Amino acid sequence: MRVCPTQAIRIRNGKATILEEKCIDCGECITICPNEAIVALTDPLGERSKFKYTVAIPSPALYAQFGRSILPDKILTGLKKIGFDDAHDLAITCGDTSLAIEHFLDEYNGPKPLISNCCPSVVNLIQVRYPQLVDHIIPIKLPKRLAAKEIKEKKSKELGLKLDEIGTFYITPCPVKMIAIKQPSSEECYIDGVISIADIYAPLLSVLECEDEDDYRKSLESVCILGIGWAVAGGMHRTQKLKNILDVSGITEIIKTFDDIERGKLQNIDLVVAYTCPQGCVGGSLTVENRYISYNKIIQLLETLEEENIEACRDKREIRERYHQKYFHLQQKYEPRPIRALDEDLGKAIEKRNKKEKIYDSLPKIDCGICGAPTCLTFAEDVVRGDTRLSDCIFNVPSRFKELTGELSKLMDTFDSMRKDEGRKPGRERRRENL
Amino acid sequence: MVSRYDFSRTFEIKGRDFNKAGSISINIKEILKELGIDQGIVRRAAIASYEAEMNIVMYANKGEMTLRLNPEVIRITLEDEGPGIENIEIAMQEGYTTATDEIREMGFGAGMGLPNIKKNADIFELKSTVGKGTSYNIVFYLNSKGDV
Repeated sequence: MRVCPTQAIRIRNGKATILEEKCIDCGECITICPNEAIVALTDPLGERSKFKYTVAIPSPALYAQFGRSILPDKILTGLKKIGFDDAHDLAITCGDTSLAIEHFLDEYNGPKPLISNCCPSVVNLIQVRYPQLVDHIIPIKLPKRLAAKEIKEKKSKELGLKLDEIGTFYITPCPVKMIAIKQPSSEECYIDGVISIADIYAPLLSVLECEDEDDYRKSLESVCILGIGWAVAGGMHRTQKLKNILDVSGITEIIKTFDDIERGKLQNIDLVVAYTCPQGCVGGSLTVENRYISYNKIIQLLETLEEENIEACRDKREIRERYHQKYFHLQQKYEPRPIRALDEDLGKAIEKRNKKEKIYDSLPKIDCGICGAPTCLTFAEDVVRGDTRLSDCIFNVPSRFKELTGELSKLMDTFDSMRKDEGRKPGRERRRENL
Repeated sequence: MVSRYDFSRTFEIKGRDFNKAGSISINIKEILKELGIDQGIVRRAAIASYEAEMNIVMYANKGEMTLRLNPEVIRITLEDEGPGIENIEIAMQEGYTTATDEIREMGFGAGMGLPNIKKNADIFELKSTVGKGTSYNIVFYLNSKGDV
């Protein structure tokens, strides 16, 4: 309950519930909860049987889950072995998008810094807590959506199937990417299902083969350097020409950085790339490998590619052309969805705010959490909003509590003195006897 | 000037405490957001209160920031015990600074603080006595600009 960065969790009637309007889908609660009370709703592998033809679209974070000798193309082959008809290397689409972002930054002259939309949880955080910053979010489509659309259109032509007979499955490192896909939004979405890395790990592991020497070189040459970096914080920065990028990961650090931006600082920075999971997508709550180890794997892969001068990205001119045809641009702007004010009427809101402060002052301020709210301050807010009662605070049955303790201590006193009186008499007598 | 305020809250600011610097303006921003104040005004108030807070942290020994508001107006006042400002007119010019090298190395003291407050506030008044301290009066109108 306390780990939630936006204080969205409440325990009501013994069960954890999430206040949708405050939740940013970061997944911190899933990672931390010892009772697994909160789980992400991903699709089981069986969902695939609904489609005539299935394509896996793995997040580049999947490439970091296995041994260093297992390169992306082996993993893509593995996905086909476990029943997908095809597997698409999302890193390539990420690479395209990287180039599109470069073009966008070149043309851009609005408020700075721009903020990358690659982590949907960051976008949610901005919409909820920093509504003033929505105009800073890059309006470029997400690679997985571009990829799903491209695949569906291409495969339906090739195979003569209808669009809805082809199933595209995104393999995700975190719950937010799944929610971002599952929740209807105004943008068209061609992703049919979301499977967590954790669920696919075991079946995939059993079919993976190590690379031999010749294969290795060939595999390496197929890795798109621009896209692979998307899996880690700092990856995009490392592979792009843009120098003025700030990399931030971890929710508390992001909040600090966004506070700075909201105060008008960091205007000399071109782009902030933020991931709510520490170390980037490889740190997602649905991954298997230790986030620092998988981070290292990606970085080492990038280093090898740099040394060997391998880029393996799509033709840059073609991307530029597509960019100018608005292929990458989002049709809709990001809308703010600020936290509900205490009251729509400012006068009443002020009244409630004062009342909240009064209530807070009366609370023990130890954030015990027994009332079901994460802190005394959020509890005070819930009370003035009418979501909970003051008597839910076990300390704030104050008068009753005092009464009870008063009575109890009186009782204890009389009991004590009774015992002392009774104890003394025989004691004294005994002492006298001893004398 | 409106004299009755429905909400009032005072925060203490410690001079030279760069560790906590900026936390009070964040506090103020959160309060304004909770009250459902227009996002644009929240941002302007956040910038102005941050710049003023930083001025006290950078130059003064200690100070106080008070947020007052009613449905018509937000008023943020600050009082500090510090060196004071010799020539307010010059201090208000962009780029003018008396910050030490040390402070400028930390990325502060670019001489944009006071002009930035002026740019964002509807009213900004500054009074100062050299050797004693400075007081700020920063006002934002909540309804149509200008009429009180």
